[in-house]
Amino acid sequence: MAWLGAAPFFLFTLLFLLLPAGVVLVGAFRDAEGGWTLDNLTTLLDEPYRTAFRNSIEVSLVTALLGGLLGLLIAYSAIRAGTPRFLRSTFTTFSGVAANFAGIPLAFAFIATLGTIGVVTEFMTETLGWNPYDHGFSLFSKTGIEIVYLYFQIPLMLLVISPAIDGLRQEWRDAAANLGATPAQFWRHVGVPVLMPSLLGAMILLFGNSFAAYATAYGLTTGFVSLAPIWIGFLLSGDVLSDPHVGQALALGMLVVLAVMMLLYIPLQRRASRWAK
Amino acid sequence: MRRRIAPGAVVWLLVGAAYFLIPLVATFLFSLKKNETGTCCTLSNYGEILTDPQFRKTIRTSFVLALETIGVSLALLVPTVYWVNLKLRRLRPVIGFLALVPFVVPPIVLVVGLLDFYRGSPAWFYAEPYGFLAAAYVILAFPYIYFSLDAGFRAIDIHTLTEASQSLGAGWWTTITRVILPNIKTAVVAGALLTLAIVMGEYTIASLASFDTFPIYIQYVNQNKAYPAAAVTLLSFGITWAAMVAIALGGRRRAAAMAGGGH
Repeated sequence: MAWLGAAPFFLFTLLFLLLPAGVVLVGAFRDAEGGWTLDNLTTLLDEPYRTAFRNSIEVSLVTALLGGLLGLLIAYSAIRAGTPRFLRSTFTTFSGVAANFAGIPLAFAFIATLGTIGVVTEFMTETLGWNPYDHGFSLFSKTGIEIVYLYFQIPLMLLVISPAIDGLRQEWRDAAANLGATPAQFWRHVGVPVLMPSLLGAMILLFGNSFAAYATAYGLTTGFVSLAPIWIGFLLSGDVLSDPHVGQALALGMLVVLAVMMLLYIPLQRRASRWAK
Repeated sequence: MRRRIAPGAVVWLLVGAAYFLIPLVATFLFSLKKNETGTCCTLSNYGEILTDPQFRKTIRTSFVLALETIGVSLALLVPTVYWVNLKLRRLRPVIGFLALVPFVVPPIVLVVGLLDFYRGSPAWFYAEPYGFLAAAYVILAFPYIYFSLDAGFRAIDIHTLTEASQSLGAGWWTTITRVILPNIKTAVVAGALLTLAIVMGEYTIASLASFDTFPIYIQYVNQNKAYPAAAVTLLSFGITWAAMVAIALGGRRRAAAMAGGGH
């Protein structure tokens, strides 16, 4: 009877997570009359959905790579010997805030900063005489979305990668130095190979984080830039007329991409934890 | 040996600080601009938001939703994680797997399934934020509360605590509320605060399921009044900020207490 204690929780996840996810899986293969079909899924290969998925993957790749690189450099700078301890805890706390500050308010913060009448835009125009909007820049574009996403991607990277950087023990560095290795050789033969699984795992997490984001992109562009989640939003809110099963097919497409990410992430995570303290 | 901070570290930390702070400072300056002229400085944008009945109504809805989500999540998860760690260790990997599912089924996918699955269910559930939306938010909060609780439970010896409590004649309820809960307080509070920040900012499901919550109000202001929008954006940032700083302080106090206990 011991399992009864855990029953309410499992029932709840069944009702509000697993069954709704199952509805998406099954609904994507249904037609309007209730029969089985592959048409919804093949629709994803046509416009506008093909571009939406391409854009989503592109934005996620760019922000995972850039956010991962910048997050790593900032995390390492905050942790490495010589940096005062208080700076590290300050950056960790600020990252906790920034990684969770997403969605509509984040979008508006950037509109107030880099929008057409944003504070930084006005400063550049008035003081530097260079209005970025006269030179092809727009916040309400794919580039704009990438800039805004980096605001939560960089701190997320910092939070995820810091334990791995902590795992690079000082003894290894001392041992390498005693054997005559230069810092570059240490990084090439010890540091980077040890960090690599954590780095790849963290970047996959960043990719998924960006791929699944809806509110930030919607708040920034109200759907002006074609992304997969944006189209799901259009289909659900009835802004475009379409078969509801196409929305489920789009949702299934996203689910498949994220499931592949998770399948890559779990073994990397296991490898990375080998060096954890 | 005491080393000086490396020049490279200074550069990257400054880049990080600038990326974090510039949008916040800009939003603050934006929020001080006068509605009619767009020049500095006035506090009337804050007044306009704070006196707006719609602001009070939506922030109240979101806050009650957050409390409900926290209450339901803890009521479901504290006994389950306790039980799984105590008696049902076989189920540990199952919950660990379930806790990863919300990352594969993000809000934008979950809402598609939820709307379809519960279409036609009674209005007291389907049309009420405290029914449909709260259920969805418990799922969103689940991984965060679970990972927090699991770490908390692994840091204490629940077998010894449970046996000690029961040999003194305590029942399950007393054991959980008077013995276990006080020992995992930090984990519970951290999970609860994170959930508060998530619910107070969740837009995707609320918007697509047509509920009127605080983030929906923010988006409405964004599209209609530029300068008050900056004020409400900062208010929302303040909520996230307060929750995260409280978690950081709680964690540090716990670390300090543990370090103190070790000596």
